[in-house]
Amino acid sequence: MSTATLSPTETVTVPDGRRTRRAHRPHLPGQRPFAPLRVTAFIVLIVLAVSWLLPFLWAVATAFKTETDAASGDPSWIGASGITSEAFTAILSQGNVYIWAWNSLITSVAITVITVAISAGAAYAFSRLDFRGRRWLFFVIVASIVVPPQVLIIPLFYEMLAFNMIDTHWGLILPQVVAPAMVFILKKFFDAVPIELEDAARVDGASRFRIFWSIVLPLSRPILASVAIFVFIGAWNNFLWPFLVINDTTLMTLPVGLQTVISAYGVQYAQVMAQAVLAALPLIIVFVIFQKQIVKGVATSGFGGQ
Amino acid sequence: MTTTASTRVIVTGRRDDTPFRHAGPRRREELISWAFLAPFLIAFALFLVWPILHGIYLSFTDQSLTGAGGGFVGFANYAEALGDPVMWQSLWNTVWFTVLSTVPLVLVALLMAALVDRGLPGQWLWRLSFFMPYLLASTVISQIWVWIFNPQIGAANNILKALGLEPIAWLQNPDTNMMAIVIATVWWTVGFNFLLYLAAMQNIPQQQYEAASLDGAGPWRQFWSITLPQLAPATVLILILQVLASLKLFDQAYQMLGGVASDTTRSIVQYIYEAGFVSYRFGYSAAISYVFFALIVIVGVVQAVATRRKKEL
Repeated sequence: MSTATLSPTETVTVPDGRRTRRAHRPHLPGQRPFAPLRVTAFIVLIVLAVSWLLPFLWAVATAFKTETDAASGDPSWIGASGITSEAFTAILSQGNVYIWAWNSLITSVAITVITVAISAGAAYAFSRLDFRGRRWLFFVIVASIVVPPQVLIIPLFYEMLAFNMIDTHWGLILPQVVAPAMVFILKKFFDAVPIELEDAARVDGASRFRIFWSIVLPLSRPILASVAIFVFIGAWNNFLWPFLVINDTTLMTLPVGLQTVISAYGVQYAQVMAQAVLAALPLIIVFVIFQKQIVKGVATSGFGGQ
Repeated sequence: MTTTASTRVIVTGRRDDTPFRHAGPRRREELISWAFLAPFLIAFALFLVWPILHGIYLSFTDQSLTGAGGGFVGFANYAEALGDPVMWQSLWNTVWFTVLSTVPLVLVALLMAALVDRGLPGQWLWRLSFFMPYLLASTVISQIWVWIFNPQIGAANNILKALGLEPIAWLQNPDTNMMAIVIATVWWTVGFNFLLYLAAMQNIPQQQYEAASLDGAGPWRQFWSITLPQLAPATVLILILQVLASLKLFDQAYQMLGGVASDTTRSIVQYIYEAGFVSYRFGYSAAISYVFFALIVIVGVVQAVATRRKKEL
């Protein structure tokens, strides 16, 4: 890497070698704000963003049309009969949507809490404690990351039959709490926590559990929050397992519940789109609130491309 | 006790109330470790290790859902699977989908991240628009795209008509339905790869760009000589994750075709589902699962070898 040599006409402050987590790169010396390349980049970016937003916006627009307008094939954003919320009213009056949203929420929260708790405990043991078989056990857990959960649907279904958990929320939750990848990510993170902090606490007579609870976990709050968000998104949107294990309409989660009524609706496009929008709304709100956390979480979860 | 594990400052005057205090220091560390590990290991054994082993056993029986049958049939299920044209077709569809989807999912993500990293205004808006579809459930994105690909009134054909092209029966036509699923999938999941790339790019120190810029390197040159080489580890990771994710195709392919099995879009996971929960042949379904698992392991080994070779160069 060449060091910056300053020409007399410009002064450049070269920051120290710390990693800068910038919101965006400041203009570089000699870069004109309206250079043709910058303008082109901006245009391409706008085109991409618009094409990524349009399908969802189109769904929202359709949800606010009357069924007749939605099925007419008229490509305009606002239907001939104007904007109406009747599709939303129709769905919300059926009552099932509320119970599905509630089921989605409690099962996703349960999966997230249990997954993060048990993975963090195991990751701490692998990172800081010494026990017989530590190496090969960790190898087995890391190797199991490649097992696709879909491969296990038949034996898992059997197991849930044996436990009498078919058509129960526990049957939906328990098979989803094993996340070997989380143990791997969290162990990597705990490895980077300075050991001196723990040693000091141990000299003061704190037990391992106390250290874990009052020192390690609080220090890991950012990474725990971001992995929790990803586990939550996965659980909220999971389709195949809930689809197999739940048959009772009152126990279904949103994705499965929506799937069952689509055939019943036939071609009620506005209602189908309104359901899609309603199901998506909670997560979009979560993302907007935790956007920084999620982006940072991706960066710190060992995906930073070191 | 004289080991560091239990050294305490006497001044605190507290009784040793740590767990397992009666065990010796080595033994105590063992016990504490297992206490930390136990909850995860119990779940791991119950819901991952045991199903894998039980599934292997099932694949050698002609077990059905009702409990009828269940007799040991040796390798009959595997022989049938390897001679089953539908199995090979679903395997091929899955591999084909993986090839078609991985390329745009990596390249488009790289383009998005490179543009956003250049520091144009509106950061949060770009991030939101590219990542938002990833937050939607497969049911939701399937609804949206079935609607867009509707041959009579869908937006996709409206665009084609506006361009003066012939409309296409996207999902109904066996020549184009896989393409439609790929388009929907790229829209749906590219945001995750975009975030991974963006995170990797933001770890590249700003001074490197400043130095290059003072040496007269333009934006293109900077991208080629600074950004791309340092993204190599991220690219390897994204490729591995993406191939493994694409091979698990099921949700959107199943739902965009309304649960109807189409020979050109039936994925291997869908065939596992159909054999088990439509035909109720659990034993046969388990056997197909392990053929699919073998494919995943082969892909994993190939990727491991390929990345190791790269490192040696």
